Parts: sequence; structure tokens; C-alpha cells
Amino acid sequence: MAKPTGFMEYNRKEMPYRDPLERIKDWNEFSLPLSDEERNLQAARCMDCGTPFCQSGLTLNGLPSGCPLNNLIPEWNDLIYRGLWKDALERLLKTDNFPEFTARVCPSPCEGACTLGVINPQITIKNNELAVIERGFDEGWIKPFKPVRRTGKTVAVIGSGPAGLACADQLNKVGHLVTIYERADRAGGLMMYGIPNMKLEKSVVERRLDIVKEEGIEFILSTDVGVDISGAELQDKYDSVVLCCGATVPRDLKVGGRELDGIYFAVDYLTKNTKSLLDSNHEDGNYISAADKDVIVIGGGDTGNDCVATAIRQGCKSVRQFEIMPEAAAERTSENPWPEFPKVKKTDYGQKECIAMFGNDPRQYCISTKSFSGDDDGKVTGLNTVLIEWSKDTTGRFFPREIDSSEESYKSDMVLLAMGFVGAETNLIDSFGVKTDARGNVNAEYEDHRTNVENVYAAGDMRRGQSLVVWAIREGREAAREVDKSLMGSSILP
Amino acid sequence: MQQQGYPKKQGLYDPGFEHDACGIGAIVSIDGHKSHRIVMRALDILINLEHRGASGADADSGDGAGILLQIPHLFFKKACKPLNIDLPSEGRYGVGMFFLPQDTEKRQHCQYIFEQAVTQEGQEFLGWRKLPLEDTCLGVTATGSMPYIMQAFVGCSSEITSELEVERKLYVIRKQAENTLEREKMQGFYIPSLSSRTIVYKGMLLAEQVKRFYKDLTHPSFKSAIAVVHSRYSTNTFPSWERAHPSRYIIHNGEINTLRGNVNWINARKSMLESNAFGDDLSKVFPVVNEDGSDSSMFDNAMEFMHLSGRSLALTAMMMIPEPWSKNKNMDKHKRDFYEFNSCLMEPWDGPAAIVFTDGTTLGAVLDRNGLRPARYYVLKDNTLVMASEVGVLDIEEDEVLYKERLRPGRMLLVDTDQGRIIGDEELKQTISKAKPYGKWLKENMKTLYTVKHDEVKEMPEIRNVAKKQFAFGYTYEDLNLLIKPMAETGKESIGAMGNDVPLAVLSDRPQLLYNYFKQLFAQVTNPPIDAIREEIVTGSELYLGTQKNLLNAEGLSARQIKIESPIITNDELAILKNVTEEGFLSKVIPTLFSPDDDGESLEEAMIRMFEAADKAIEEDANLLILSDRGINSSQAPIPALLATAGLHHYLIKNGKRTRVSIIVESGDPREVHHFALLVGYGASAINPYLAFSSIGKMINDGVIKETDYEKAQYNYIKSITTGIVKVMSKMGISTMLSYQGAQIFEAVGISEDVVKIHFTGTPSRIGGLSLKDIGRETVIRHKSAFDIMRKNYALDSGGDYKYRTNGEYHMYNPMTINKLQQACRTGKYSIFKEYSNMFNSSKKATIRSLLKIDSPNNSIPIDEVESVDEIVKRFKTGAMSYGSIGQEAHETLAIAMNRLQGKSNTGEGGEITDRFHPDANGDSRCSAIKQVASGRFGVTSYYLVNAKEIQIKMAQGAKPGEGGQLPGRKVYPWIAKARLSTPGVGLISPPPHHDIYSIEDLAQLIHDLKMANSEADINVKLVSEVGVGTIAAGVAKGKADVILVSGYDGGTGAAPRTSMKHAGLPWELGLAETNQTLILNNLRDRVKLETDGKLMTGKDVIIAALLGAEEYGFSTGPLVAIGCVMMRVCNLDTCPVGVATQNPELRKYFKGKPEYVVNFMKFIAEEMREIMAELGFRNLNEMIGCSDLLKTGDLSGSYKLKGLNLDALFHMPELPKGSTRYRTKRQVHGIEKTFDYRILDHLLHDAIASGKKTTAVLPIKNVDRDVGTYVGSKISRIYADQGLREDTIVLNMKGSAGQSYGAFMPKGITLNLEGDCNDYIGKGLSGGKIIVRCPEEADYIAEENIIIGNVAFYGATGGEAYINGVAGERFCVRNSGVHAVVEGVGDHGCEYMTGGRVVVLGSVGRNFAAGMSGGIAYVYDKDGTFKNFVNHEMVLLERISKNDEADMVRSMIKNHYKYTDSSLAEKLLDGWDDTLEKIVKVIPVDYKNIITAIEEAVEDGIDMETAQLAAFRKYAG
Repeated sequence: MAKPTGFMEYNRKEMPYRDPLERIKDWNEFSLPLSDEERNLQAARCMDCGTPFCQSGLTLNGLPSGCPLNNLIPEWNDLIYRGLWKDALERLLKTDNFPEFTARVCPSPCEGACTLGVINPQITIKNNELAVIERGFDEGWIKPFKPVRRTGKTVAVIGSGPAGLACADQLNKVGHLVTIYERADRAGGLMMYGIPNMKLEKSVVERRLDIVKEEGIEFILSTDVGVDISGAELQDKYDSVVLCCGATVPRDLKVGGRELDGIYFAVDYLTKNTKSLLDSNHEDGNYISAADKDVIVIGGGDTGNDCVATAIRQGCKSVRQFEIMPEAAAERTSENPWPEFPKVKKTDYGQKECIAMFGNDPRQYCISTKSFSGDDDGKVTGLNTVLIEWSKDTTGRFFPREIDSSEESYKSDMVLLAMGFVGAETNLIDSFGVKTDARGNVNAEYEDHRTNVENVYAAGDMRRGQSLVVWAIREGREAAREVDKSLMGSSILP
Repeated sequence: MQQQGYPKKQGLYDPGFEHDACGIGAIVSIDGHKSHRIVMRALDILINLEHRGASGADADSGDGAGILLQIPHLFFKKACKPLNIDLPSEGRYGVGMFFLPQDTEKRQHCQYIFEQAVTQEGQEFLGWRKLPLEDTCLGVTATGSMPYIMQAFVGCSSEITSELEVERKLYVIRKQAENTLEREKMQGFYIPSLSSRTIVYKGMLLAEQVKRFYKDLTHPSFKSAIAVVHSRYSTNTFPSWERAHPSRYIIHNGEINTLRGNVNWINARKSMLESNAFGDDLSKVFPVVNEDGSDSSMFDNAMEFMHLSGRSLALTAMMMIPEPWSKNKNMDKHKRDFYEFNSCLMEPWDGPAAIVFTDGTTLGAVLDRNGLRPARYYVLKDNTLVMASEVGVLDIEEDEVLYKERLRPGRMLLVDTDQGRIIGDEELKQTISKAKPYGKWLKENMKTLYTVKHDEVKEMPEIRNVAKKQFAFGYTYEDLNLLIKPMAETGKESIGAMGNDVPLAVLSDRPQLLYNYFKQLFAQVTNPPIDAIREEIVTGSELYLGTQKNLLNAEGLSARQIKIESPIITNDELAILKNVTEEGFLSKVIPTLFSPDDDGESLEEAMIRMFEAADKAIEEDANLLILSDRGINSSQAPIPALLATAGLHHYLIKNGKRTRVSIIVESGDPREVHHFALLVGYGASAINPYLAFSSIGKMINDGVIKETDYEKAQYNYIKSITTGIVKVMSKMGISTMLSYQGAQIFEAVGISEDVVKIHFTGTPSRIGGLSLKDIGRETVIRHKSAFDIMRKNYALDSGGDYKYRTNGEYHMYNPMTINKLQQACRTGKYSIFKEYSNMFNSSKKATIRSLLKIDSPNNSIPIDEVESVDEIVKRFKTGAMSYGSIGQEAHETLAIAMNRLQGKSNTGEGGEITDRFHPDANGDSRCSAIKQVASGRFGVTSYYLVNAKEIQIKMAQGAKPGEGGQLPGRKVYPWIAKARLSTPGVGLISPPPHHDIYSIEDLAQLIHDLKMANSEADINVKLVSEVGVGTIAAGVAKGKADVILVSGYDGGTGAAPRTSMKHAGLPWELGLAETNQTLILNNLRDRVKLETDGKLMTGKDVIIAALLGAEEYGFSTGPLVAIGCVMMRVCNLDTCPVGVATQNPELRKYFKGKPEYVVNFMKFIAEEMREIMAELGFRNLNEMIGCSDLLKTGDLSGSYKLKGLNLDALFHMPELPKGSTRYRTKRQVHGIEKTFDYRILDHLLHDAIASGKKTTAVLPIKNVDRDVGTYVGSKISRIYADQGLREDTIVLNMKGSAGQSYGAFMPKGITLNLEGDCNDYIGKGLSGGKIIVRCPEEADYIAEENIIIGNVAFYGATGGEAYINGVAGERFCVRNSGVHAVVEGVGDHGCEYMTGGRVVVLGSVGRNFAAGMSGGIAYVYDKDGTFKNFVNHEMVLLERISKNDEADMVRSMIKNHYKYTDSSLAEKLLDGWDDTLEKIVKVIPVDYKNIITAIEEAVEDGIDMETAQLAAFRKYAG
């Protein structure tokens, strides 16, 4: 146990962010590390619960509670406290292939489930995790390890996002020859292009990719399976195939004026921006610029926030973020008790930057876009909205109702749709002939991951639908175990 | 010989678990003068011990009573005349007492066999005599099972010259006859005695029936100089004439806990036996021990054998029940040498024991090393010695008494009627220990690891790839960090909280270590656990390596052994053994490895190979067999060390070679205490846990263990393990490693019968389980995973046994179940509760109950026909959680909730603040309906007891049965101290045993005490499930408990050592079913309520409990979770973040629980029960109780582990005796109306109590008058609360010998003024009253040199005064928290665990004074300056009295003593006060001194008491 009374003695302290007005001038990461001493006290707050909810990976009321990877949080908190960083790293890597990603981008359901949260601010689990993994890189403890022997079995993993990478990493460790197919020109999936650089620096992604390449994983980039190469061909070539292509079809807003120019999916906006940044430090101009524009982001989630931050860095004139749901409470309500994922208002880095830059929170709540208006050039000029009232029906479910005469129009010359994803793309699915469920996800049992096609597995968002990076890694690991079992008869993979 | 009248083994009932206890007595004419008066007086003693015996469902059939006498030659001469038997002269013939079958043909056959045996052995058969009997007085059961009783007379041939030879020949004859009839499976044949010296009359009789039944005894010519009597209390009601005492040589009060080992060892020694005395006859007397007998009779068998082979009874007794010598530096060297030498020949027979033995000429008596049974004696002026469990068993005028003494722990008393004198312990043992050159023999032959010759030892090779080996041996991160690391750092075992909620090993999805399939047994009720911490002086951890020589011949070479101080040896020490060259020693390494290739199949072959290797090594004269798995590699998996050890142990026992060798284990397998305890318990002498050592080394290298170097860490680890094993054995009441070794006090759960029969012979295993192959497979799974060539990551798995991990072991309380349960209880939504309960009722098999399904013959009924929720919840209780372990808010919330439901909450062991006894303004009550009485007796006063609806005696606790507890000072906040009547900031210790319960009849006494203290309350006895609990429960039912709780081993707890939580005790399903079956077999079921608890999670759980026989149900963890507990398991740290299990005011603020939540929980459970009842077609619960035939085994497919299980024994439903019921329909007959208080005092004191009018009376009293003052005291408490009456309102002047528990729980206002003497437990729980015991005026002896009151005086007393004009027995003022007492001398363990009060001792004290004393002050008059040698200095300071007011206080106490008792000693000391004061040593606990000084100073500075207390607490403890 860390320090039994630590939680009574020390307060929560998160990693500080660089000053908003400073950080918006570049695309570098926004957070700053704590000193070792301060990190030690943060770890000392961990109560080393007899029943740690932080690592439980439950789903409560449809939302995650506790780490889906079942990261051994109390153990490494204790080890940080005792200064045993290397041991902490070993415990962390036991469950998480890529803590450098999860510690940066995960919405940390672990912290929502932290027992200390019942009475006090939770442990800074996510920051502690980041400290451990970065320490590991800094100290040179993380080195490529080639497997001692090759099994002679080959596996193709389609998709190099967190699920695919984790799956490939696990399979490679036990000696299978793994080839990853990636549609984009760079590996990493959403971690490369979906998440902006200030949140997850691409050097961090590259660092990991270099390691796994060194360990023997092969990457075939810019190859769209199902288009450039058929499923049958891969099945023929490899002993097993694992589909980890994510849920990449974005949710659209099918209202009047949707066809107008200047309305983009957030994912396209963010992808192009990062690609240009990496290719040419934006000098190639191959991105969608918000410079001098009145930007409206539709969707109040993390991606929306990323759009806000990106637009600000691009030099937008103004930015708003529309959210159809009501503003969350400042603290948990009785409807949302611990250890459920806390549905509380969180002002993220982009929103904070907006406040610093423009003096206002970009978010507007209970607002629904009825149509877009545009100019004669077919360019978007604004949005027509209505306000929404939420009430409970007889079964206790919330339903929206438009408020009479609450119509309003907003001026905007750039609209970003950040309303999530609806499912996997179909051409690859068709190419393999795998079955899907009603929601368009590939049909495979959790913890088994076999599809209806022999030797073809599915994992991550492609199977489960849009979710968290941690879930993707978890699924990738589990699929790897099943593949290994099927190839070798048994598996030492967890 | 098979027991007559006993039911056979059935269901979970096994007759092998019977226990008994009793009252014992003896009277002897020291000069050997034979008289009929001795016989008659002995029979009087017997009658006056009646209350220590018992009777069963049939009140006229006693458990057994009897008498052993010298052969009355003249009487027999006369009696034989009409039978035409011409008896030879005295001593030249033997008389046999025979129990024969009633069936004529069978009887005649038995007679014929015996006669033949006589003739074969060359003796003359003289004839049979049928005894004149008066059998009309017997009860139905006794009559029904009565044998045909005859005497046989055997004349000696002239070749036999000595008396001992006669006895030896008669023994051979008896053995021959017994063996022949045993072979023929003849039942009902038993020879109570066959001797030329003594004769035994006994039977299934009540004490008073003995005299009437055996008419011989009352014949005036029936004369004897020695008479020994015994009144039995057995834990069953089955008819048994044989089991009555006396045995042939002894009577015994107590229990031999190490019996299994003792019997194994005595059998194992057979091949080494040679006897000059027996010569060729030796082979005729095997088996020495009749294993169907009781522990006492087996002890008798062994003693008889050793005696007849040439040792005196006294010497034999010293060998079998040695004093604690190894830790006693002051012991005379000769005696020490004697004991050490003889421990090479035989291990002690350990357990509580008062044994009286006689060969017809000498009469001896000995107490076990710890003095756990009472034995008092008077020597009279007419040269008679009278000894008994109690004083007052004979009417003796004070002026007849020469002196009064008690038998002391480990001491022996011998009366030699030939020499006509008493030989004292010192003289006797000196003579015996100097009879042979034991010291020389030891010096010449005994070696240690430092003195034994050996080749140069090369350092043992380092263990390479430690992490890989850890993987292979199944090490987890928890093993390292939660178990090994704390031991290596601190030398202590680590503590956990909230009990165990993981599946049994056999139900776990994960491969388990073999150790996990074994559960530790522990002592409850029939014998006490030993306090291995505070009473360490009686324990011993040394063992001997080498060949054991002939038991029957002590010679120098018998001592040729290597002595080790602990069974755990380092790598270097093992290396010495491997290279030993000393003559007489040869070591041989036997690999314990098998091939992992065939999934465990080859394990069996490997075992056989190992046995062959052992045989071969023994042939080559190796005597140190080292079982080693050091050679483990990718193609060699380790045989589980436990299997290898136990397997070889039993293999060698069976082939008679066991005592030639010592088994030494070199293994990577063992790591925690339980593992080592098992290895030693199954025969290992030494264990080298090389991987545990390497793991410690690795942790040091990795910086995980800092601040401790390897040497120190290894030392700490060995120390923790050694003390841990000592604790495991002490839980069973065993004191020495030597007698623990091979005692196999474990039950297997989930191991198949085949494996147990061959490799763990004699171990109970009741539900089947793993085959040998399955055991192999579990090893192989680990092995393969570890040695997989691809494995890179050797970060160990978490384990998750102690702390939940999603990827670890399953826990019933896990994040999901906790969340659902809390949401359900808070919102009151039954639908959420169903989500919760479905998580258990679905496929997950974590408990035995989850393997069961219910099949009802009935049709379903509408749910509204089922009895209501409100009715059902009245049967619900919350568990015993003390105020102290949980906070005030939590404790009161539970009480309010249970009172609203008309169920019951439980105080736990921590008293209760008295304002809770009154209802709140809103009608709620915070008063706990159940008041617990545990070993610490915290806050147990008369007023506390009268506020109970039920009083629970906690015999054991699920999480740590057999252990005591400790509330550290930092948790004794002022408000906790108030409830417990102790001092803030001063730690409180609960002893492992109740010091007033060392046996079943003691428990009956405590039940009686409590019934007297509150006649309206039910008395509940809490037991913990283990094999044999049913039999114990039957004894408890006979002891008149109203409710019996069988608790599961998995109970939650504030704090317990992690290994205890997991490895001691059994699930309630087994214990409950066994108890229910045993009670029904005994026809006792309908007089007690049966209750169960232990992680009852759902309505279905409760229904299964009902079907297995429980009618009331306890819940602890569930309700705690309902009010906010999130299973942090930090109760022991006082850091509970949800304010439940903490006293910290800052954290208590976070408590969010409400009574409604608990009410919801209970109602949900009841509602779910109703659903199941409706489905099964039962309208009310009573119809279902005990209907275990509705239960069936569910689906056991899915795991290789489950397929071997067989649960049928659980469902066994014994036939219900006629007119009986499966639940309580009768009331116990407590006999209150027969008591002294009820008959005499109640009426006499009516006005005094009602009006407070001063009343005085003069009354005679006898030892059968027990609990004087308790019942009338309770009436005072009911009226006057904790204030009582004014001092001396009632003064009762009494004369005589007072019975047990004199003045127990007596409140203020009553003064008992006794002239005479008094038995055990005087002033137990004294609650303000005053007790004076004076030496009678007419006594000629000197008061301060004579014993006047018994053992365990003022135990748990909370207030009052006591003046004792003489010496007290052992354990004076144990756990006293308030009495001010003056006494003129005390026995061993005086003031043990005292937490308050003042004790003045004017005379000598016994050993171990002030052990565990955390509060109060003792003042001891240290006449000769030796007092400090008798003190346990661990917690106390010895000082002079420095302050005047303190000296005045002590002086006034002594003045009072003089005033009340006329003590000449007090007078003398007061006369020379200045000199007296000089010699008074003040004994004060260190912590106590700090705190009270701080409080006193603060109060002097004008600070109010409450603030002062809190400040002192914060300063020293907080």
C-alpha cells in the first residue's frame, strides 16, 4: 500500500497546462510534468483499496466505470510512492501495451471510479500513468525485444489503430510473424490522425511504431484492404487475419443545407490538419483552415473540443460549440452516483483556450441545428437552430422537445460535425464476407473475437462500435490471445 | 473394539470426533490404611461433582461415572466362597471386570475366548462372578445399552514372582482376548480392568447411581486405601458404558489435542521396539492403542504399555506430559536434561489435562503444562488426602484440615502408600531425573547444526531465473508484497480485514497450490486455544533430526539427534545436513520431480519412484531424507512439497520405517505460514524454502525491501514463519512443535478419498475432489506457463486473493456486486437487488451452496400465501461487530434498523454505551438485542447483560477461529474506552481462549452464569464451522445453550492475520449440515435454535441455510455494504474512507448510511426467499427447516476440479426421533428454580432490593451452590441500572465451600462475606459488589500459605472490591478492568491482560505475572526480593510507590483487608508499615502510565476530564 493516510494528508494536483494564450501559438503538447516529489505525493494518496473500482472495467448505465484494461493501478501507485519506477513500469506494461497513448487520450473512467472520489477529489491516475511510462522511455528501459523464436505462423492485422497495434504487438511477442495493413500513409489510425498533436504528439506515436517495427512487425501502408487487396487474398496468404479497422463512418447531420461548402466532418478536418503539420509544418496548405472564420462545431464531446482547439490555433475569428444535451451538473447527481462515469461538466483544454482567447465558453447547450443557410456560391453562412427541452417519459427515459419560438440563427462560415461515429465501413466487411450486427458492427463474441469466417477475427471499435482507446487495446489483446490459442493449441497471453 | 451403542458414521457425522470432560476426584489414605470409609467418601465426592457431568435427552441416563479402587481382597474372598472360587492370597490373582454381550451365546463365547487366553498364557482360570446390580435406578438409554457385567478371577502361576510380572501377564492375556474378539468383530466386549492391584466399577451412570447400581461398593467389607472417581460430560447422548472413566490406570479431565500424531507415532515406533520386560510376549500386545477408544483411553493404553515395560507411572507421566522446559532457564539442570533426553524418545501428549493415575500402591496426579484444568486438594490431619476438581466435595470440618493446596501447572503430586507419605514434585522429579545419566547422554550424543561434523560446505548454488521459478511455483505479486515482504521486513505476519470471499480452492477457476485444499482445525469449547504470545513460556519450537531409538529402552544413543530450534532452515544449514559426516547420520537427497508432459498423469509414477528411492536410502542407512525439487527445469516439474512429504510420511508409517528417518524438505513451494504448518503437520522435520529466500534476496536487490539487509530479512522471515506455525498449533491447543509434528490437524476440502487414504491417511475429507492426476495437472499448468520459451514478461500475476483484481481470483464482493447492492438498498428498488442476486444465482460457482439445486415435491403456490416479509425478517440478525471495530454511526444504524424489523443486532465484543439502553424520542432503539460475551469481556456488566434479549458467547470467530484479538491503543478513543470500561489510548487484548472455558463443562457453567445474570435472555453460543463442530454443538446443547450459531470461516472482520482469514475453518454449509444431523441423531435438535452466518448474499443462500437446518440467519458484510462499506479492507488501519469502520472523527463525517438501507437489504432478502418458497410450494419457513433431502447436486460439469466432488453427505437426513421437530419447539431446562439465589436469596432479599433497606443474613453454603448473588444481582441492575444499591445494603455472611462463579456479575450493594473457601471463577464479571473470603477461625493452618479460592478469580470484573484471606489459584484477576482486590498470594499468570483496577498481593506470585497487562496497577509485597523473576516484563514497569496519596490508598486497601478478614498477615504488614512500603513493588503498564499521568496532570490544571482524555489520547496514541 502506498501511504495509508496519504489521502487525508495531500490534495489532488493535476499536471499543469501551459498558459492557454501561449500554447495556442504552437501545436505542441499542452501539459507539463510534475516534479518527482509532487508525483510521489499524488501516488501517496492512493488508498490501495481492497476492492479497487479503478481497475474494474465495468459498464454501468452504458458508460465505462473503471479501467477496461484492468490496469493494476493500486500496484503502480504504490510503486511510484516507493520510488520503484521500474517495477511500476513492469506492472503497467503487464496490462497496457501503450500507456503513452492511454495516459494522454483516455477520458479515464478509472478516475471516475476511484473510491477516494466518494469523499474527496480522486487520485490523478492518468497523470501517474503518464509519469511511469515517460520515465520508462527517459531511462531507456523501454527497448525493442525480438521474440526468441518464430513460430512460423503468420497473421495479418488490418488497421493500425490501438486495437490493431495492440493485437499485433501481443502476437509478435509470442513469435508469430505479423503484418499490419493500413489504409493511410502513416500508421497509428486515430492516434495518428484523429487526435490533434497538442493532445498526443505524433512523435510519441512514431516512437512506439519504431519499437514495434524493430521487434519485427511489418507494416504495409497506404493499402486499402478490400480495395487494393482482397480479403480472400489475405486469408490465403496468412494463417489468421484480425480486422481492427475501427468504426470510421461519421454520424451525419441530415438537415437542409448540408450540401453547402464549409461543412466538414471533424475527422476529416483534424486528419488533414495533422497530416499537413507532419508533412510540411502546414506549409503545403493541404488542410482545411479556420483562419478568420466564424467556426461552429456541432457536438459537445472530446472531438468537438479538439476541433475548437485546432480552429483557435488556425486563427479562427470566433468559435462556438453546440451541444444538444443540457449542461452537465458541476457535481454528481443522485442519478449518477459513484462509481459510474461522472457526467459532470468538464471544461477541456480547447474550451479553456477559447475562454482565454475570446472571453467566453464556446459551448451552448440544448441546442439543435434545424438547417444550414448558405450564400449563392454554395458556401455555408450560418445555422438555424432551435432550443430543446428534455423531459422524462413514463418509462423514465429522457426525450427532447423543441421549445416554441426559440428559433435563432447563427452566422458561421465553417461548420464542423463532431457527433461521433456510427459504425464500420462496408467494403472491407463485404470483402471478407463477415457478418455484422444490427448496428453495423462486425459480429463476434467479446473475449472470443471469432467472426463467422474461419481464421478471421475482429476487435476494437469495428466489433464493439465507437468506444475508447483502452477498450480498443483490450480487445486487440484478447483477439491476439484467441488467435494464438487457435494457432498453437494454448497461449500464455493474458 | 467397536463402540457399542454409537450410531455409525453417516452424513457428515463421524463418531471419531467425540469429546468429553468431567469432574474428577480422588481420596487416599496416605499410610495405606484400607477402609470402607474411603470408598463411601469417594462416592460422596462423586455425587458432589454431579454438576460437572451431564446427561442427554434422557435425563436419567448419565454420560458416565465410575470409581477405581484397590482390590478388596477380603470382600472378594467372601463373595467368591459361595461360587466355589477359592482365591489365592492377596496379590496372587487378578480380578477382571467384564462388560459382556447380553446375548447368552455371544457372552459365553467371549468368556470362552478369555478363559482360553488365560490358559494359553499358562495361568489358571478360577471362575466367573455375576455382579449383584440394582438396575432399576437407570435411565431408559442406559438400561437399553447395559452390558452383562461379570467379574473373572485369574490365578497366577508360581513362575511369576513379582507384582509387576503379574500385571504384565494379565495385560498380555487381556490383549490376546481383545485381539481375538476384535478379529471376530465381536461387539459389546470390553474389559474395564484386569489387575491384581486395582478394579474399576463404572458405567453409563449418573454420579449418584454408581453407589446404588453396584451393590458391591456399599458392602462394609469392601475396603480400599485409594479411590479415584470420575463424572463424565460427553458431547453426545449416545449410550456408552465403556467410555465412562476411570480407565485402567487413569482418570482424565481434558483432551489430548495431538492424538492423531501421537497414535501415528506410537504405531510408527513399533518396528523399533524391543523389551526385556515383555520378551517374546511383546508381539502379542499390539496394537498398543485401541483407536476406537476416546483420547483418554488411548492415553491410558500408551501409559499402561510404557509402565508395564518397566517405567514407573510417575516417570511415564513425566514423559507424556512434560513440564515446559525449553524456555525455562531457571529449571534444574537434571530435570531439563531428563525432559530433553526423553523428548528424543517420545513427543508430548498435548492438551488440557488433569490426570490422576494409580497402580494401586501409589496415587499420582499431574496437570498439563499450562494448568488448564482445576485440581484442588486438602491434606487432613487423619492422614487422608482428598483431591477433586473442586473444593467442598466432602463435608470436612476446618479443624480436620492440615493444609489446602492446588495442583499447579506441570507439577506432579504423588502419594506413596507404601512409604506412607506424600512425595512432592521437587523430590519426585529430582529422584527420577537423576536415576539415569541423562545429562551425560545428551552431552555425548546430541548435536546441533553448529556442532555436528560435516564435510566442508560449498555455498549452495544461487537460484537462477528467480522470476521464472516464481512463476513455476505459482508465486503471485500478492505473495511477495502482502505476505513475504512484511514478514521479511518486520518479522510479523501481515494483517488483513473483512474476511474471505473467494471460492474454495476446489471451486476456483485457477490452478491452486495443494496447500489451499487444506483447512486448519482449531480448538473451540472442548479445549482452549493456547495463548502463544502472552503465554509463550509454555510453547516450544524445537525438533530433532535423526533416527529414533527403542522407546522402551532409554540409552545414550537414544539422544543421538541433531537439535534444531525451528523447522525452517537456511540454505547454509541445509548444506550442512547434506554434507553431514557425524557417525549415526547419513543424508540422502531424493528428487521430487515429475514429467510435465502428460498433463499430470505421471505424478503417480513419480511418487512410487520417490518411495522406492526412500526405501533404498534407508537400506543404505540414510536417516536424513532430503526431499528436493531444486532440480526443476523445463522438463521436470516439482511434485507439490506437501504431497511428497505427507505421502512419504504415511508410506513409511505403513511400512514401519518412519522413525528411522527424518524428512527434510528442500522446496520452492512453501512461502506462507499455512504451507509450513502443513508440512510440519504432515511429518516434515525441517524445511528449506529456497525460493522464498531467493525471492527475499531479489526484493532486496530490486530495492523493494529497503532498510533491511539479507541476513536480517531472512532471520525475520524465519521468525515470522516459526511463530506463525506456533500460532497455528496453539489454535488447536498444542504447545510444542514436537507434538504438533505429524499431528495433522487439518481437514481436506476438495481432495479425493483415494488421495487422502493413501497420502494423507486419517485426514477428514468429506466432499471428495481432486485425484492425483488433477493435482499433477495444476502443477503442470503453472509449470508450462513458466517455462514457455516465448515468455518474456515475468511480472507476476497479481493474485487477487486478498485484494480484488478483475484479472485475479473471483470475489463475491466485487465492484459490480457492491455497486448493485448499494444502489438497490439506497433506492429501495427490488429490481436492482434482483440484478445483484442474479449475479450469484447464475452460473458462477464460488461456494458450496452454488453447487446445489432445490427440488421440491410440492406444486408452486401463489406468493401471497407465503408468510410475510415482516415475519421472516424477525429471524434475521446482524453479525457481531464491536463498537470499536466499526464507528458509532454505523453501529447504531445497524441497531436501529434491526430493532425496526424486530430482528436482532449484536454488540460485538466491545460493550455498549449505556444511553443506548433507552429508546430514542422518535421511538427508535439503538440498543443491540444481542449482547456478546467474548474472551475479553469488555464492558460486560450486570447492567449490560440485563439489557439483552439474547446473550452470545463467542467461542470462535469465522475470520480467525482460535485466535485472540487486539485493539491497538490508537483505536481506543475515549468514547471507545468508555464503552469498554478501559483507559483511552491503552491497547486492549482479547485472549485466544475464554479463561473460564477450558472444556465443555466450563461452557455449561458460563451458560448457567449468564442465564442467572439475565434469566429472560436466550443464551447463544457461537461456533465456527470445522469438522467435528456437530459433536461440539451437541455438547453445547447439553450444556443448555438456547441458540447455537454455526459461523462460516469466511466471516468479515476488523482485522485478522491474512493466513488465518483464508486457511482456518470451513464454509458454513458443512458445519451447519453436520450440526443439524448430529443434533437430530442425539435427539437434541428440538431444544435449540440453530443459526448460521457467513457471507449470506441472497435469498437463495438463506433458503439453502434453512434446508440445511438453520432457523435464524446472520448478515454482516451485506448490511455494512448497504450502509456504505466498499470493501476497502483497511478496517485495521482506522482509515475507512466511508466512515464505517473507523473511529477517526474526520472520517466518520463521511458516513452516509441510513437504517432504511439496512431495512431494505433485509426485506429484499426476505422477499426473494418468499419467491423461492412460493415456487417450492412452502407457506412458511418452519416447514422447510432441515429438509435437506430437497437439495440435490447441481451441474458439476465445466471444470476438471468439480467432477470429483460428492456432496451427498450434506443432504443426509437422519430419522427424526419420535415426537421431535427439526426446529426449536422445546425450551432448555435451566434449573434456575433449583439455585441458591432462587430458593433462598430471592425471597430473603425481596424487600431490600425493592426499597434499598439494609439487610443481613447468615447462611450455610456448599460447592453445589453456584452463582450465588448473580440472579438477585440482576434484579438490582434491572431497577437501579449501573448504579446499584448503596454499599453494603445487603450483607450475606456465609460459611462453607462456595460453588463456582461465586458472586458473578454481582452489582454494587451486595456484600458476600464467606468464611471457608471457594471454587473457580469467584467474582467473574463482578460489577460493583464486594466479596470477602475469610479463612475460618477454627483453622489450624496459616492462611497465607493455603489456597482459599480457585482459578480465574475476578475474570473480566468491572468494578467492586475483594478481600481474599489466603492464596488464589492461577490467573487471578485476568482481564480485570475495575476491581480493587487484596489477596495473600496468587498462582501463575496473575493479572494477565488486566486493563484497570487495583490489585494488592501480600504474598507470593506464580510465573508470568502481568503478561499482556495493559492497564490497572498491581502492588506486590516482595518479601524476599524475587518477585521480578516471576514477572512477564513485556508491557509493564516495576516501580516503587513514590507518592504519598498512592501509599495511603494501598495502605487503606490493606487496612480494609484486615478489617474484613482479620488477616494476621495484613496486621503484621500494617504494624511494620514503613518496612512494608519499602518492599511493595508497583507494577504498572508503560502505556497506561503515560496516559493516566497525562490525564491526571491535565485535570490538575483545571481541564475537564473529557478534554483531558482526548488530549492524552492524541498525545500518546492518536
